[in-house]
Amino acid sequence: MPPILEMRGITKEFPGVKALDDVTLSVAEGEIHALVGENGAGKSTLMKVLSGVYPHGSYDGEIFFDGAPRAFRSIRDSEDLGVIIIHQELALIPLLSVAENIFLGNERATNGIIDWKETHNRAAELLARVGLEENAETIVDDLGLGKQQLVEIAKALSKNVRLLILDEPTSSLNENDSAKLLDLLMDFREKGITSILISHKLNEVSKVADTITVLRDGSAVARMDCADGVDEDDIVRNMVGRNLEDRYPPRGTHAPGEVAMAVKNWTVHHPLHPERKVVNNVSFSVRKGEVLGIAGLMGAGRTELAMSLFGRSYGRDISGEVEINGTPVDLSTVRKAIDAGLAYATEDRKTYGLVLDDTIRRNVPLANLPEIAKNWVVDHGREAEVATRYRNRLAIKSSSIEQVTVNLSGGNQQKVVLSKWLFADPDILILDEPTRGIDVGAKFEIYTVIRDLAAQGKAIIVISSELPELLGVTDRLYVMNEGQFVGEMPTIEASQEKIMSRIVKSGEDA
Amino acid sequence: MTDTTPSTSGRAETRTSKSGLQFLKGHLREYGILIALVVIMAFFQVATGGILLKPVNLTNLILQNSYIVIMAVGMLLVIVCGHIDLSVGSVLGFIGALAAVMIVQWGLPWPLAAVICLAFGAIIGMAQGFWVAYFQIPSFIVTLAGMLVFKGLTLWLLAGQSVGPFPPDFRLISSGFVPDVFGGENLNLLTLYTGIAVAALLLWLSIRARQRQLGTGADVEPFAFFAGRSALIFGALVYMSWLMADFRGLPNVFVVMALLIAVYSFLTSRTTFGRRIYAIGGNEKAASLSGINSKRLTFLTFANMGMLAALAGLVFAARLNTATPKAGVAFELDVIAAVFIGGASMSGGVGTVVGAVVGAFIMGVMNNGMSILGIGIDWQQVIKGLVLLAAVIFDVMNKKKG
Repeated sequence: MPPILEMRGITKEFPGVKALDDVTLSVAEGEIHALVGENGAGKSTLMKVLSGVYPHGSYDGEIFFDGAPRAFRSIRDSEDLGVIIIHQELALIPLLSVAENIFLGNERATNGIIDWKETHNRAAELLARVGLEENAETIVDDLGLGKQQLVEIAKALSKNVRLLILDEPTSSLNENDSAKLLDLLMDFREKGITSILISHKLNEVSKVADTITVLRDGSAVARMDCADGVDEDDIVRNMVGRNLEDRYPPRGTHAPGEVAMAVKNWTVHHPLHPERKVVNNVSFSVRKGEVLGIAGLMGAGRTELAMSLFGRSYGRDISGEVEINGTPVDLSTVRKAIDAGLAYATEDRKTYGLVLDDTIRRNVPLANLPEIAKNWVVDHGREAEVATRYRNRLAIKSSSIEQVTVNLSGGNQQKVVLSKWLFADPDILILDEPTRGIDVGAKFEIYTVIRDLAAQGKAIIVISSELPELLGVTDRLYVMNEGQFVGEMPTIEASQEKIMSRIVKSGEDA
Repeated sequence: MTDTTPSTSGRAETRTSKSGLQFLKGHLREYGILIALVVIMAFFQVATGGILLKPVNLTNLILQNSYIVIMAVGMLLVIVCGHIDLSVGSVLGFIGALAAVMIVQWGLPWPLAAVICLAFGAIIGMAQGFWVAYFQIPSFIVTLAGMLVFKGLTLWLLAGQSVGPFPPDFRLISSGFVPDVFGGENLNLLTLYTGIAVAALLLWLSIRARQRQLGTGADVEPFAFFAGRSALIFGALVYMSWLMADFRGLPNVFVVMALLIAVYSFLTSRTTFGRRIYAIGGNEKAASLSGINSKRLTFLTFANMGMLAALAGLVFAARLNTATPKAGVAFELDVIAAVFIGGASMSGGVGTVVGAVVGAFIMGVMNNGMSILGIGIDWQQVIKGLVLLAAVIFDVMNKKKG
């Protein structure tokens, strides 16, 4: 079979980062091609190049589809040729019906007047093809996630799809729905539709894929033909195989002290789908002077765990107990959590971390305003002094403390968020993806701060999707998957393969 | 910005070396509003042949706009917090009616009635703020409902009639003047002295603030600008107090207004309460995750707005000497316009009390000047609308460039 798609020498740069470096991807007609790699390996970027989200000219390299060179300028261009992406976050309008969603932007209409009969008949046909037994007039919001996924696929079919790209399609589905979806993909293969499947779940990949391409740090590092049978450990090795250079400051020599915080049987339900447990009966503890890591893939429930602990900022029907220094504490509001000595530096600094239109001076003291005020009156001199102190201590690169935080680079924004929490002087500091989207130099500085704090006797919890980072900076690790802790190990005994296999295998056991 | 070299030195460098023009570019908004007021006043002063700044007209201008200014101060807090209150005009009318019923029909002593009215205003604000803060009902909807409800209740309370007149003591709230304790003959000396004292105080405060800024390495305005601005404000205050002294002195309501401006300026710029309101408006999620009780503060800003609307209602009723069902109609639009002209942002987190007050006076001077010139109410509305649009366009463009 000739390849339906060939991407050759694709290189895509963002300011300061090479997201894709000379990537080649060849997909044969009628196959299921799996694209695997860690978070940030470049899978999504590659698919955005293919679909025209990043238009022709914004990257280097060539795309051949159906044997001819293509220069997609927008999603429209690629969709016209039958290249359809279904993203992880579904693009359905929740309050419209199934039929309306399927033909959104592609309405069955003459002169702008919608032909509802035709719309519903065609929608019913498409639903039958994807095996969804629902009325086409059902409101999408009333369907479960698995069924919504099928509506997305029906929508793709309505556009005469030739190459279907699914980005982590099963990440939010249960076992049963996942299996159905994979069966559907194999059914499509029989009918000659080519698919690219992006997935973390290696058991799924090895079940359905004909060919696997592994991406790592923006490069295609391996291409495996599944006809010969694949070894999951082989895939994992290719996904993570990089060296741990001297990118981390040395660990301290101090031994961890007594238990600073202990969490028992913590369970959190999804705020909108109360039947779903996002965090399921998790128990753990962290000691003074210890850096504890929580590993896991996106969607494992790590951020939800942290935010639900921090003043119940996430979820509903939260149950479980927390002890700090041996005494049970009430963490029901953020204020109480801060007063109990807890701090949480968010993974999403722009949405949850900073008042972006405000200056460094005004952001730093935000979590501890009484400290710079006397009888509710802010002492501007003291405020400036505090901001200057943290700007120097964390080496925040800015023109002055009066610089508005929206104009800072990601690394410096992160340092402002850290400053805010350091000024609140917590005993237990939870850092959620503390180095996401920042450069190597700033990463090292942040690791140094983490080690310093541990040496001072603070308990630090680091949540990260980058395994090397966890291995480099933590003392002990928990592995989280699908809302549960599925492993615990001292970092010196841990390896990327070990962690990955805990995650992958826990999915198989379920 | 010329100086963007990263600095990690212990004491951040002060940057007075920057040229004045560049500084002006960076701070166009703050100067723009003041310059706009001066230009508009100068224009009408010339166009009306000097009537605008005649002592009697200046005093009138202040009295006419007092209730807008009072409400603009409260609205500034609501808008900074990221919300809007459309009900203030109706609440003003309703409280006026309530005061009339209590004082004129029931014969209650007016100070007692006034206290009840203020409390009632606060309760109205709380009732609306409750839904906005604790149930996340959009403030636009809640206060739109409030606008209809209180307009209706005003009609019901007054049974469709005007109720008045008020006793003379009550009317003094808005038509009285502070007695001249210095006993000046042709000039009201108290007014003049107070004006000079306030001007001197403001000058001293701004010099002190500037010295502090120089000490901490903030973005300091060039000396020429500082001197020019300070001289302008000082001169304007002394001149205005002389003009008012030449008529009948300080109106009572002016004193109330000045106190409110001072208190709320301090509250917004210097207290932890103010800082938290700005943080909520700037990024509610980040503020909540920093331990700020955004629900309670949102609730309080609405309660405060209700109380200030009630105060404005008393002032307006006293000024008209009667409560009418039409009182307060469309006032909310003037108040909101004043706050936005004054530089507040629709999305919250930005704006100053002084800006809102200046915005209110820009509207007031235009109303007054155009009336003197005999421009009809029709074209007045058109021009005011265009000024509001221009001010906000200017804001948005300015922000994009920066």
